Amino acid sequence: MIRARELGKRYGEKRVLWGIDLDLRRGGVLVVTGPNGSGKTTLLRLCAGLAVPTEGELEVAVDRGRLGFLAHEPLVYRELTALENLDLYGRLYRVPERRERIGMLLERFGLWDARHERVAAYSRGMTQRLALCRALLHEPELLVLDEPFTALDAEGATLLDAQLRELAGERTLLVSTHDPARIDPLATLRLELAA
Amino acid sequence: MNGYFADVGALARKDLLLELRARDTLPAMLLFVLATFVVFHFALPSGSSALAASGLLWVAIVFTALLGLGRAFVPEREQRVFDALVLAPNDRSAIWVAKALATLAFLAGVEVVALPVFAAFFHGIGAATVGGVVLADVGICAVGTFVGAMATASRARELLLPLLFLPLAIPIVIGGVGASIVDSPGRYLGFLAVYDLIFATLCWASFDYVVAE
Amino acid sequence: MAVAIALIFFVAPEDADQGISQKIFYFHVPIALTAYACFGWGAWKALRHLWEREPGADLESYTAIHQGVIFGALTLVTGSIWARASWGVWWTWSSNQLVLFLVLFLFYCAYFMLRYSVEPGPQRENLSAVYALFGVVLIPVSFFAIRLANDFIHPTVFTSRGPQMSGTMFTAFCVALAAMLALAFTFYSVELVGKRVDARLRELRAAERPATAARRVPEAVAR
Repeated sequence: MIRARELGKRYGEKRVLWGIDLDLRRGGVLVVTGPNGSGKTTLLRLCAGLAVPTEGELEVAVDRGRLGFLAHEPLVYRELTALENLDLYGRLYRVPERRERIGMLLERFGLWDARHERVAAYSRGMTQRLALCRALLHEPELLVLDEPFTALDAEGATLLDAQLRELAGERTLLVSTHDPARIDPLATLRLELAA
Repeated sequence: MNGYFADVGALARKDLLLELRARDTLPAMLLFVLATFVVFHFALPSGSSALAASGLLWVAIVFTALLGLGRAFVPEREQRVFDALVLAPNDRSAIWVAKALATLAFLAGVEVVALPVFAAFFHGIGAATVGGVVLADVGICAVGTFVGAMATASRARELLLPLLFLPLAIPIVIGGVGASIVDSPGRYLGFLAVYDLIFATLCWASFDYVVAE
Repeated sequence: MAVAIALIFFVAPEDADQGISQKIFYFHVPIALTAYACFGWGAWKALRHLWEREPGADLESYTAIHQGVIFGALTLVTGSIWARASWGVWWTWSSNQLVLFLVLFLFYCAYFMLRYSVEPGPQRENLSAVYALFGVVLIPVSFFAIRLANDFIHPTVFTSRGPQMSGTMFTAFCVALAAMLALAFTFYSVELVGKRVDARLRELRAAERPATAARRVPEAVAR
């Protein structure tokens, strides 16, 4: 599903990533670890299609509509409610049975009661959970998660754990993390980046 | 095709909703344009012709629009939501169309109040002027939101937006002023329409390159 | 380049019998046309960059526009001198060409502001290219707009004497034009080479960093 050969990325003069080879099959789980500044986020952005490689080749065999992305930022509108945010994304991604799916996700991640509140009023953990809902909304085949556990509260982390275990077999996951212990059991492929 | 309009609708709705919640841009633009009129009154010495006031109307419109345009991509920029919109499977130009339509709605909303006030303060406004304003608004919003999106990529976005926008706005001002004061405004209105067509097409075709890497 | 300069000096003596305002004309108009050519070339390279991802097109586009701005500034200066010599004023709004160049000058100066406020990278290249295309579309649009504006911007009664060109004068003009284009091309090539060397140096310097290759601990790849 993702294939990279000698992949590299440079921003102006700064080389952020170089010499990456990887081959992630459908249904696999790739866990990327490494210290801050080692280029984890850049690699994930490249795979998500948000950045273009400056060296090497990268093949991601999934189109935009089937890709879910969780970034450092939650990528939700703070002045809208959770429901409005998900409704917008649901429309953009042409999610079938939009309302039901949104309701189901909000409930699963414990946000149903807060669905009419503006995101600005949410705690960090709640916002991250909403971001997860956004990423999962359209049932993506490839999920790219950038340090998903970092901003989550304990409850959210448990929920995410369960969700990832459920998805691990059927979907392809690409996860970067500071804390590999959590996700490691699921990993089929590991990549460690040096600074 | 249906999907495209649906996307534009969803995105435009989002922008209008955001403004409804925040209620900051529209009132600010309104206040700004009215304050500008007062400044004009004092800036026009008593011997000035009515024509000068017409010209200044267009200055007011352009700079009020600039005020609104500066706020146009703030929600996307602040939370980097741009990434999410770009990732979605929709045609990226829909983002521009939606934003331009929303800005157009704001600008028109302000003008609905500002034009009558102008007529009261200075002198009457003819149909040709109104037509010119409508056509010019389309051009301003189309080019302005496009350039606004470009400016979000830069470090100095508040500085850059006016710099990028004003040279492109000069033909619009010429068309608008011409429509307001000349006896046979047809040519100017036609020119504005052509400007809108050319630049809207150019914006629509090249928006993809502005947001994607 | 020496040839270009020699040619320019050739031209000047040829019309030494004309008034000084005519002499400036032989500089002013070729410079203006050269500026247009630079902007056009810059836009063409921008198109190549966007459409075909031609490597190096961005640098060429940038250099061309840089030259265009330089020649544009010269157009404004020579135009101003011409206005002074012909009519005794430093600026006149009645010359459509001059006003057009003022607008374009503003537009392309903003190009540099744009370029320098965005981090180098593919996004900057794309933005620059798109802006260059807008510029080239703006040229005819502004030209018509300014012509239309003449209706209500009552120009002061300065008849802009477009010189009627006799045979020899026409050849002199063409020589001047060719010389200007050659000059621009020379500057362009020189600057381009300089920029390419710059870029290459930076590339080499960046590659010098200890390349500790990413270590990979592959587990079962297939699932």
